[in-house]
Amino acid sequence: MNYSVFLTETDSSSSFLSVLFQNWGEDWIYHCLFPLLLAVLAYLVLSNKRHKSLAWAFLLVPVVLSLLPVPSMVCMVVSIAAAVLSYLLFADFTKKDSGTSSGMVESKQQWKAWLYLAPAIVLLLVFTVWPIINTVKMAFMEGYDSLAALGGNTFSYGMANFNTVNSSATFLRAMKNTLLLTVLTVPISTVLALLIAVALNSIKFLQKPLQTIFFLPYVTNSIAIGMVFSAMFNVINLDGTSVGVNSTVGIMNNILMFFGFDPVNWIGQGSSYAANVTVMVIYIVWNALPFKILVLLGGLQGISKQYYDAAKIDGTSRARILWRITVPLLSPMLTYVVITGFIGGFKEYSSVVGIFGDTMGPPAGLSGGTMNTMVGYIYNYMSGAQVKYGVASAGALILFALIFVVTMINLQVSKERTHY
Amino acid sequence: MKISLQHVTKIFPSRNKKSGEEVIAVNDFNFDIPDGKLIGLLGPSGCGKSTTLYMICGLQKPTGGKIFFGEDDVTDLAPENRGVGLVFQNYALYPHMTVKQNIMFPLENLKGADKLSKDQMMERTLEAARLVQIDNLLDRKPSELSGGQQQRVAIARALVKMPRVLLLDEPLSNLDARLRLQTREEIRRIQRETKITTVFVTHDQEEAMSISDMIVVMKLGVVQQIGKPQDVYDDPVNLFVAKFLGTPPINVFVGKIAGGKVYIGDDAVLDAPGVADQEIYVGIRPEGFVLDPNGAFHSKLSSVEVMGRDISVVSTNPAAQTPLIRSIINTDSKVDPASETVSFTLKPSKVFLFNKETEERIRIPE
Repeated sequence: MNYSVFLTETDSSSSFLSVLFQNWGEDWIYHCLFPLLLAVLAYLVLSNKRHKSLAWAFLLVPVVLSLLPVPSMVCMVVSIAAAVLSYLLFADFTKKDSGTSSGMVESKQQWKAWLYLAPAIVLLLVFTVWPIINTVKMAFMEGYDSLAALGGNTFSYGMANFNTVNSSATFLRAMKNTLLLTVLTVPISTVLALLIAVALNSIKFLQKPLQTIFFLPYVTNSIAIGMVFSAMFNVINLDGTSVGVNSTVGIMNNILMFFGFDPVNWIGQGSSYAANVTVMVIYIVWNALPFKILVLLGGLQGISKQYYDAAKIDGTSRARILWRITVPLLSPMLTYVVITGFIGGFKEYSSVVGIFGDTMGPPAGLSGGTMNTMVGYIYNYMSGAQVKYGVASAGALILFALIFVVTMINLQVSKERTHY
Repeated sequence: MKISLQHVTKIFPSRNKKSGEEVIAVNDFNFDIPDGKLIGLLGPSGCGKSTTLYMICGLQKPTGGKIFFGEDDVTDLAPENRGVGLVFQNYALYPHMTVKQNIMFPLENLKGADKLSKDQMMERTLEAARLVQIDNLLDRKPSELSGGQQQRVAIARALVKMPRVLLLDEPLSNLDARLRLQTREEIRRIQRETKITTVFVTHDQEEAMSISDMIVVMKLGVVQQIGKPQDVYDDPVNLFVAKFLGTPPINVFVGKIAGGKVYIGDDAVLDAPGVADQEIYVGIRPEGFVLDPNGAFHSKLSSVEVMGRDISVVSTNPAAQTPLIRSIINTDSKVDPASETVSFTLKPSKVFLFNKETEERIRIPE
């Protein structure tokens, strides 16, 4: 097992597996990441239904397996089985009775409803469902080439594309970047959005102008913002190259130097990973705030003022009102914001392009881009010299699996805490 | 805790500057609420009773006048410092907390010397829950409770911090009829046990009269009459108060006083010595009619309703302000349903005379 350095090629081992899947070695995605996530999911499903001790068993087994030198295939199988089993046995499938009859239209008239829906359904099938099916197919087709396919070639099915993806250092780096950015930006932007929304809701003076100001990033082109940010953090010299760290640089460094700190090479050549991540986090949070503020502000205005009156009479402090009353009553909105935040975070791509440009990282950085994300990796195989739709599809499927499991976890966590 | 309201006025400024219509919600409210009594603020919608309640509570500030709790001037004091408990019309129970957490919530805000330990908080919560008889429902969420139970949780939450004053905003209006009777007795029982000065707001006169020690009748922000329920019923100070209290409602006629007698139509129904001649309104309570073949007051019989306990004789009279006149008659008297007219004698104590313009009560000098 070797996951200490994500930038090196991963080891392949385990003769047991190579019989089944060529070159599918013990890389950390399948040995640790997915098993851990699935174990957590199984645990959450069970602990929701108050089967605490059973939940611990469902959590510990895949987690322990993933830490031992057990083949990653075994870890994956055990964890998937645990998650599926937990759902089958204990998940709450009972439909909540809405109280009103779901059929607003008599069944005789339903064909009319289908008729109205038909154009949208056709477009959906052609442009969304069929491409998804095709993508799954392509992921398993070895050596897929679109021109050859048009020419009538058929391709054999196998896991070669997945092997390419797994053994690619670029992919692992992209996944690491994606996870790191998501894990950092979603909590920060949610908490900030909550505080700003609460503050906006409580002022009367200048409320509308401030709302407009906070909403501006949403209506601005993200590439344009990225260009401004990259200028703020580094200045590009007149001849087109970015200046070294010893010269006067963008406004951020100007502020730092004003307060007596040394200037930092944020995104230029030779900049550190930490500096790059900092710039990305600031940019992504700034971009994500407006939408979250909008949703939370809308939710805040739906909370009846009487709760605050009642709390006021009881002499509740502002902090307690926020924590014990506002946040729980806002929890449906918060759930929505967090889940969509995670999904959006995994799909992060244009922000990296906006700041770094085509190199997807500081110039002369690691091959494939230091700050490349999973979507960036997928795109790389869609154009340019190495057009391999099969590999891109395989990458896309892995991304989908990751988002799926994380969203399921989010849903489980929010079930207990969301009060409708 | 005695509550004193002195010249309390609340004016809401107009919405837009152009129309200039400000609303005088409460106009010169004066009342000294004695300690430990249950007071009902009674009146139709928009009469300013809820606004008065919120001013006592502190959620609204009076435009003019002063409010005293005992000797303390609380007019400018924030609600959390007044020591009041308020039960909202919609209960305002926190939906994400259990009953126990809802009741305990006010206690968790006590600071400094008043700060309570977890055990003490639990004890006080249980005490309050036992008082309103919901101690078996402590782990439920408000959405899992019936209306009456939610009501009681709201009362427990208001009482748990042992306020000096308990205020209830239309406590029974969200409950069904059967539950209303039960819950209003609960409110009275709780008030008797805790002896907290309690003020409640209602538009239901039966509710107010049945449990209050004193009632305040309001109309359009102006106090009409304050007194014990029976006194206000027996001795209304104007036509509005007379019409507001009593079920079935009082029967109102146009009439006149001429030569020391009260005339309804052509019938001289009552003696009114010493009262000047004038046009008046005559109000007769339903129980003020006595069947008498030689009676002075005549009306055309419409129907006879048997109510078991008594009979309701429904009749019409051209001088009546309502299409039908309702009289409650003892079952000892017999009415022939076939007869055209019916004659009554009136009990003088149940007849009220009102000035036609001002609607003020005209009292017959003794």
